[in-house]
Amino acid sequence: MKLGFLVDLNLCMGCKGCEIACKVENEVPLSSWRLRVKYIDVGTFPQTTRNFTPLRCNHCENAPCVRICPVSALHYLENGIVNIDSNRCIGCAGCMMACPYGAIYMDPETNTADKCTYCAHRIESGMMPACVVACPVEANIFGDVDDATSHISRYIMEHQNNGGVQVRKPEKHTDPKHYYVGGGNQTLNPLAHERIEGYNLFNNVTHLDHVGDPNHSILDRFIGGGHGHYSNKSLADEKIGAKTKEHETQGGH
Amino acid sequence: MVEHTIEATKAVVTLDAAIPGIIWGWMITLNMWAKSIGTGVILIGAFLLYRHNKETMPNLRWLMPLISFVALNVFLLFTLVDLHQPLRMINIFLHPHWSSAITVGAWMASLFTGLITLLALIGGMNEHQDFQRHCKVANWARSNNELYEKIFPYVVFLAIPVTLYTAVIMAQSSARELWQAPTEMMQMLLAAFLAGSATLIFIADDWKVEARKDLALVLAVSTALGFMMYMGEYFFSYKSAEAEETLKYIHSGGAYSGEFWMAMIFGFLAPFFLAVSSIKEDNKTTLRFAAIIALVGLYLAKDVWLKIPQLLPLS
Repeated sequence: MKLGFLVDLNLCMGCKGCEIACKVENEVPLSSWRLRVKYIDVGTFPQTTRNFTPLRCNHCENAPCVRICPVSALHYLENGIVNIDSNRCIGCAGCMMACPYGAIYMDPETNTADKCTYCAHRIESGMMPACVVACPVEANIFGDVDDATSHISRYIMEHQNNGGVQVRKPEKHTDPKHYYVGGGNQTLNPLAHERIEGYNLFNNVTHLDHVGDPNHSILDRFIGGGHGHYSNKSLADEKIGAKTKEHETQGGH
Repeated sequence: MVEHTIEATKAVVTLDAAIPGIIWGWMITLNMWAKSIGTGVILIGAFLLYRHNKETMPNLRWLMPLISFVALNVFLLFTLVDLHQPLRMINIFLHPHWSSAITVGAWMASLFTGLITLLALIGGMNEHQDFQRHCKVANWARSNNELYEKIFPYVVFLAIPVTLYTAVIMAQSSARELWQAPTEMMQMLLAAFLAGSATLIFIADDWKVEARKDLALVLAVSTALGFMMYMGEYFFSYKSAEAEETLKYIHSGGAYSGEFWMAMIFGFLAPFFLAVSSIKEDNKTTLRFAAIIALVGLYLAKDVWLKIPQLLPLS
């Protein structure tokens, strides 16, 4: 058995239902994402199109994160899922350096690496991943790619002509088990689109200041720095902050 | 407005989560820099002991392992401190995953540090016979003086993989295209030669002139080769789109470009000329100055090379 994922980008409408379902199901902390939907605008106004690309762990058959993990916290399950044991993880961030897809993050609450596990706990109970269940247009297709009769295998076979099925960064030889239909270079290659500071719809940051607990080190713990705040502020936060300040100057509480 | 400034062929991200910035920061730079000193003094010390009579370098026997011991402990401390779960470091020894260069490196570095501790103890206690005269450990070290020469060849042999394993970690960091180069191995070795020779210069005041000239020669050669390798990367690294994008942080100006060129000019080129001049005329002050700026330059060069690949968006 080899579980795989396919996203039909022609169907995805960017509702972010999968993103929220994942957050809720896996209790993913603020500023961290196991699955995110990226909006990419292509073309010159007024001939523009907006594309939506859900991004998650690719559960590679030749996973660089598994190879570099010094304590086998990242490991393969028998069904092909690349799983993570957060109780064993030492937080070296080697996996974050190795994953070509940027799919691994440092959980700020547990101070360990974390990522999409295809909802391995749900699959164990015979359920589908939360994002699959939440998708209103069935753009997320999940199943056994080793089984030729499975929905995902048939979907791949139906669309594989004319380069219809793609994976991200095939040149990395990671053999990802996460496929896209309807994607292209501009949506799947992070270097093919620009990230312009200040022009995002809802957030004005492109980099997190801190990954994980900013006071994670032993020295900080002895000094007693406590938890710092994140600067992942949004434009909305700024407006709220300005209003609060104004409120305070007017003598409000 | 943005729609007028973006080329038609380009796409623009209009909504996304914030991407992580630099994850391996200055602590990892310091870690690599300190390891270069820790292994470099042993490699260069062995070279000097092969070339010259040890009586002409009287303090080398005990100061070489002591310096290495201090540098390796700085390296290990910052390795530990940089972990998000430092107390779980023990898992590397309890649950080792041998395909990981981090695991293999941690085991080798621990063994190396253990042997260096033994050398520092034996060398130090035999040099200072009156120190801790009633201490059992000190007396054991004094009575086993010959153990130093027996262990030393193994320590020198082990210093090479301990120097090089960081390059393998970088090779396994397959998301960072800039590090995917065989030249990283040579850079690590040259960094050890540079750091080792530069550090030993500070204890070489009373050595015979020929030994000091050898140090200047090693410093000159390692800075020259190091500079050429960085220039090779600078000019020829169009091996992939990601490496090319990464090098734009140096090519197109900005803070990292400034740091890079500062490292190249003041950390590699200037020490090269100063070291060459010291080979001709034995000028201790010039050589010390060359050593200081070479060590600072090495830190800066490593810092830039570590950080810039982490600035690229991966997805």
